[in-house]
Amino acid sequence: MIEFLENITPSTTMALVIHAMIPLGLILVYALFAIWMERKVAAHVQDRLGPMRVGWHGWAQTIADMLKLLQKEDIIPTDASRFLFRFAPFLIFVASYAAFAVIPFSSGYIGSSINIGVFYLLAITSLLTLSVIMAAWASNNKWSLLGGMRSAAQMVSYEVPTIMSVLSVIVVAGSLNLMTVTEMQSGNEILGFLPNWLIFQNPFLLVAFVIFFVSILAESHRVPFDLPESESELVAGYQTEYSGMRWGIFMLAEYADMLLLSLLGVVLFFGGWNSPFGTFMDGPVWGFFWFMLKGMLLVFVMMWIRWTLPRYRVDQLMRICWNILIPASFVNFVLIALWEMIF
Amino acid sequence: MKLTDIASQGKPTFFKEHQNKLYQSLEDKHTTIEELDVDDPLNSKMILNMGPQHPATHGVLRLLLELRGESIIKTKLDIGYLHRGVEKIAENKTYQEFMPYTDRMDYLSPYSNNVAMCLAVEKIASVEVPERAKYIRMIGSELARISSHLLWLGTLVMDAGAISFFIWTFREREKIYDIMDNLTGHRFTVSHARIGGVANDITPEAMGMIKEFINTFPEELQNYHKLLDRNRIFFERNENVGVLTTENALNSGAKGPVLRSSGYAVDLRKLKPYSRYDDVEFQVPTRLEGDNLARYYVRMEEMHESIRIIRQCLDKLPKGPVRTDNAKQAYPSKDEVYYSMEGMIHDFLMTDTGICPPEGAEAYHAVESPKGELGYFIQSDGTGHPWRMKISTPSFANLQVLENILDGEMIADTVVIIGGVDPVMGEADK
Amino acid sequence: MESYIPIIVLLGIALVLALLLMSLSRLLGPFRPNTNKLNPYESGMDPVGQARERYSIGFYLVAMEFIIFDLEVVFLFPWAVKFTELGFGTFVAMVIFIIILFIGLFYTLKKGTIYFELKPSISNRT
Repeated sequence: MIEFLENITPSTTMALVIHAMIPLGLILVYALFAIWMERKVAAHVQDRLGPMRVGWHGWAQTIADMLKLLQKEDIIPTDASRFLFRFAPFLIFVASYAAFAVIPFSSGYIGSSINIGVFYLLAITSLLTLSVIMAAWASNNKWSLLGGMRSAAQMVSYEVPTIMSVLSVIVVAGSLNLMTVTEMQSGNEILGFLPNWLIFQNPFLLVAFVIFFVSILAESHRVPFDLPESESELVAGYQTEYSGMRWGIFMLAEYADMLLLSLLGVVLFFGGWNSPFGTFMDGPVWGFFWFMLKGMLLVFVMMWIRWTLPRYRVDQLMRICWNILIPASFVNFVLIALWEMIF
Repeated sequence: MKLTDIASQGKPTFFKEHQNKLYQSLEDKHTTIEELDVDDPLNSKMILNMGPQHPATHGVLRLLLELRGESIIKTKLDIGYLHRGVEKIAENKTYQEFMPYTDRMDYLSPYSNNVAMCLAVEKIASVEVPERAKYIRMIGSELARISSHLLWLGTLVMDAGAISFFIWTFREREKIYDIMDNLTGHRFTVSHARIGGVANDITPEAMGMIKEFINTFPEELQNYHKLLDRNRIFFERNENVGVLTTENALNSGAKGPVLRSSGYAVDLRKLKPYSRYDDVEFQVPTRLEGDNLARYYVRMEEMHESIRIIRQCLDKLPKGPVRTDNAKQAYPSKDEVYYSMEGMIHDFLMTDTGICPPEGAEAYHAVESPKGELGYFIQSDGTGHPWRMKISTPSFANLQVLENILDGEMIADTVVIIGGVDPVMGEADK
Repeated sequence: MESYIPIIVLLGIALVLALLLMSLSRLLGPFRPNTNKLNPYESGMDPVGQARERYSIGFYLVAMEFIIFDLEVVFLFPWAVKFTELGFGTFVAMVIFIIILFIGLFYTLKKGTIYFELKPSISNRT
């Protein structure tokens, strides 16, 4: 991709900038789409139509909302810690967007093919916890503080099972570079017709995926683990004091986080940009299509869950993590290694 | 007196004093919670206002919570943010004029409120109500009960986090609104009951709609059961949460479903039947556990029973007038008003003075409203206005249990418990 | 090292974009603060005390536990990558390592420190 850009642009720097901007542009478009999609999913789950006025089936509703948010007053409470209050949205935005650099969007494009890709991704998503606590503490609001504390405890706890399930995949794949992980999943050889996706390669990886999916629900604050911003108890959690575009940035980051973790799941378990039909509809462009399709399917499942289930209480949430998910993920990890050892 | 003195006199010091007293009473409150680490050298307590402007306190209920981390150590309740002085307003209205105010007390089941008030007035003025009117009142009250319980169900599950459920229950409530529209002429604030009967007979369309509703609703109710009865998250959020023992329930004066789910089967429809509740068969759902799940089951079963009652009422519905034919006690029918002189005069007199109970008479009549025992106490001075009217509302009584059962729970449980107790602030604050 | 340059560029662009959005909002939005508007929200009441008082210890215990687990997991990363080449001996070593980790986990679970917060027991209500 970068060579191609260097050929068509006048300078290398410009090629680099364009290269780096591709995921950013993509994710902005995605965020607009996902917010619209969330509303539509919610509406249809609830037997309604959802936004219908702005454009065809309200497709431009999110753009209108963004324009509205831009015109909102930006309020910083008197007792808030002004620097941290302003800095937190930037941090969450940058952290969630920078993580996309190591995601292989198609066989022809990866932002940065570093050989510790997964490690980098997990490290940079930890910054999200930091920015949430920062926002909560800076607001000097009790609801924010409660939400921030909950969120911190939840995100750090669920990070352990997430990392363990990711590690299970690394054991099988043998590389931390997500491009390599994807490439080794090409082909349709399992049982003669199933694609070589990791989820089909090892029965314990199926368990790993379940653990992974539950953990990313918690990591990205989705129901049934949306306690940090549970609107019925904590008003809006750590976002309570945020208004206007600052709040909008949190929103964008949240949706970006959802996509990021879904795409990570796709790369690790569902063959990334590989076509499910072997060489049929294969290639860089189709690869991008398949990749986003699988990612959006996972995002859709997350939305579906959000509009159907109630949420857990905070002690139950912790109990699920420490009593079930963490032991299960460790045991599963050992079993996967054993399986790999034997076969 | 100078103008500035008058201004300083009128300074709103009340609220400040009230706040101070409230915070002091929270500090003084004795709590039976054994704290986890009693030797907590760092004072990590937090005092938090939940309400009046909070998305899940059902209006303007205010809770003052003392928290340690996520656990509630003590709670104080502050109500009265929706006080409108309804009881005082009643003293300046004729009995019939007061009817729309009752709609606005428990605005989720206005029909029951209308009936309760009418029954009290009929008792004090010894008005005989035609049989058909009694049955129509029962049908209306039971529909109101279903409507109220549906909203409770939606908000309970929504407070627990599943927002869609609220919309699903509203789909059914919408049908009841449509029935009310056809039956009474209003969707929300019905004002259908009249002293001495009801405003108008059931129209054939309304009859058809009610019949269709009672045929389709049980199926819908089964769907709710399917969604919630095996939902682990819903169970874990509600089981053993906000446990209210029978003794505590009686001591704090709980009423209605809250009391019944604590193992005390009292239902005024069975205990002191009014209208024609002695003629219909129904059960009083009761649970022993006293937790939020028990409240869920009791209210769900009550909806089944309501359908049963409506079905029997429709079967037994007698023919006849819907309002008593005594022009001194009830409004004459519109036909009479338009086409006869006496009717016109009587209508005028009823509107002007209204029904006049004997001087010095007192009466208390209570009905089983969806939230519990709703009673009207009326003292008459012989004129068309009540001398005193006091209303005993179930929401007010049920709110008293909150201070008791919230202690020791977690902050996430507050919304579920409030949802389970199901207060309506319009009624509690009057 | 060269492959890190796009990441740094991406970080820069994301920051610029966020700044752009914020300054646009400053330009387009009104700015009319008043005392009531700038008060912290506490359900419509004047807040009692600050939000930045000492907070319950339960939260910090979780954080400590997490740090232990996170560090242990970091040790697993290099092993997981070179897993097939290292052979059976290291596998057994890793299993022993995880077992030791587990003993610690079960100890803390038993002690009850890991639960974010236990429900306080209620002696008897009056």
